[in-house]
Amino acid sequence: MPIIEIKNLWFKYRGSPKWTLKNINLDIEEGEFIVIMGPAESGKSTLGLCLNGLIPHSIPGTFKGNVIVDGLNTRTEKVGRLARIVGMVFQDPESQFCMMSVESEVAFGLENLNLPNDEMIERVEWALDVVDMKEYRDKPPHRLSGGQKQRVAIAAALAMKTKVLVLDDPTASLDPIGKYEVFSVVKELREKYSITIILFTQEAEMVAEFADRIVLMNAGEIVRIGTPREIFSDVDFLMKLGVRPPQVTELFHLINKELNCNVEQYPITLDEAVQKTLKLLRRE
Amino acid sequence: MTDPYIVVEDLSFTYPDGTLALEDISLKIYEGDFVAIIGQNGSGKTTLVKHFNGLLKPTKGQVIVDGVDTRKSTVAELARKVGYLFQNPDHQIFSNTIEEEIAFGPRNLGLSEDEIKERVEEALEIFELTKIRKENPIFRSKGEKTRIALASIVAMRPKVLILDEPTTGLDWRQSEKVMQYVKKMHDSGHIIIFITHDMRIVAEYAKRVIVMHRGRILLEGDVRDVFAQPEILKETFLFPPQITQYAHALKQNITDKEIPKSVLTVREMLDVIQKLFAKYNIKG
Repeated sequence: MPIIEIKNLWFKYRGSPKWTLKNINLDIEEGEFIVIMGPAESGKSTLGLCLNGLIPHSIPGTFKGNVIVDGLNTRTEKVGRLARIVGMVFQDPESQFCMMSVESEVAFGLENLNLPNDEMIERVEWALDVVDMKEYRDKPPHRLSGGQKQRVAIAAALAMKTKVLVLDDPTASLDPIGKYEVFSVVKELREKYSITIILFTQEAEMVAEFADRIVLMNAGEIVRIGTPREIFSDVDFLMKLGVRPPQVTELFHLINKELNCNVEQYPITLDEAVQKTLKLLRRE
Repeated sequence: MTDPYIVVEDLSFTYPDGTLALEDISLKIYEGDFVAIIGQNGSGKTTLVKHFNGLLKPTKGQVIVDGVDTRKSTVAELARKVGYLFQNPDHQIFSNTIEEEIAFGPRNLGLSEDEIKERVEEALEIFELTKIRKENPIFRSKGEKTRIALASIVAMRPKVLILDEPTTGLDWRQSEKVMQYVKKMHDSGHIIIFITHDMRIVAEYAKRVIVMHRGRILLEGDVRDVFAQPEILKETFLFPPQITQYAHALKQNITDKEIPKSVLTVREMLDVIQKLFAKYNIKG
């Protein structure tokens, strides 16, 4: 059974004349790493808010269809219950903090779970360790860099031991080192833990090697679902949509198209591209 | 070479709380310049550019703009020479219609109503806002808001345009559009100085790069020369665009003079591949 089932989902914000989400259907398996891409205003963030019940419970609008999370229908479950299954990390790290120290920020969500003290301490330790923020435990969150703040936000979600982690463009406002830090942590989550990850991002080059599937959205609809290789290989389609593929994939597409070559499988990572080029030049 | 428009000499700046933000910066900005300033958050990028329009005055050293020492002139005087686009366009948009927004700056310069009107018409025209001139800017998309803010600054007719992360938070298509306008401004005679975290935009648009690291200039020069030194960039966790890295990797595997020291765009790389194919007699 999929951990998330989205069936015929439609959503329209109150006062808006048009549907922001139009007939979304998507099943996500436990442990999958899903990347959702699409141009601005394609409905990505709205879809994210449907996964933990903020839509329809806290955001007014018209909601049709069903979202089933770990067997629970978000229409009828309380947001508090859903928060134990789906953790959220937003674009703007500032907006998610309310505590005086990193440690209490990570513990904050746990306090509502009535856990024994030992377990609470253990979970906070573990989560801070995963994101490599142990040494900052006593620091006030607002004094951290953007990348560190996002790592704390991820730790806070991890400490809840949620089965699903939704990250809505977590690197959009970060500097290069912050992006690097966040993607390293996300990569590690992918490799070491079986958490289901749903990441909304524009960074094609960063996700090419570790996403299981990419979902492409446009104007409130899912327009394509496939592996990174399947999705990135249709360069013309992506460009038309306004999503940029990895630069090396774009290059090989142009090599085929304009130099009349016949490369069968486009590379999607830097290493692949270098190897493929060397093979071409050595005529192997 | 012509006289520089901005001369920065041994500039150091300490914030009132004692933080040393800039240390011994010297640089010159010339007519025709299109400069990207890159580096991590907190490296001093914004502090540096705020010295160009007098928002900040040096603690030590001096900044000369168009022959005038910024310590001896006011922000209002400098606003005629140096325009500043804030990181978040919402912070500088406050009028009820787009045309009023654009008229605000010229009106503050004390120009005649005829002159104001002429400049507003021109800016609306350049930035393709004529059709929506009576609309409220607050309800436009972020890409359009950036354009409106840019139009308001250009209407003051400053020589220099400073843009603080003009594409952050925009999708690819919106970013391209904003940068196309910026390029148009450069072509029409403005000096462009912009701060960005997007190395692809640096490679595709800038001519010169200044790399900041801990309040100092780590590296400075032609975009090609700077991106040809990935080891130094790595010190501050900056990486050239994927296509530039690809060309580097290729050059390390096959020493061939057809591969230049740095490649900036996918198109450029395609030309290199074409030459290599011809040389190695590879047919499509």
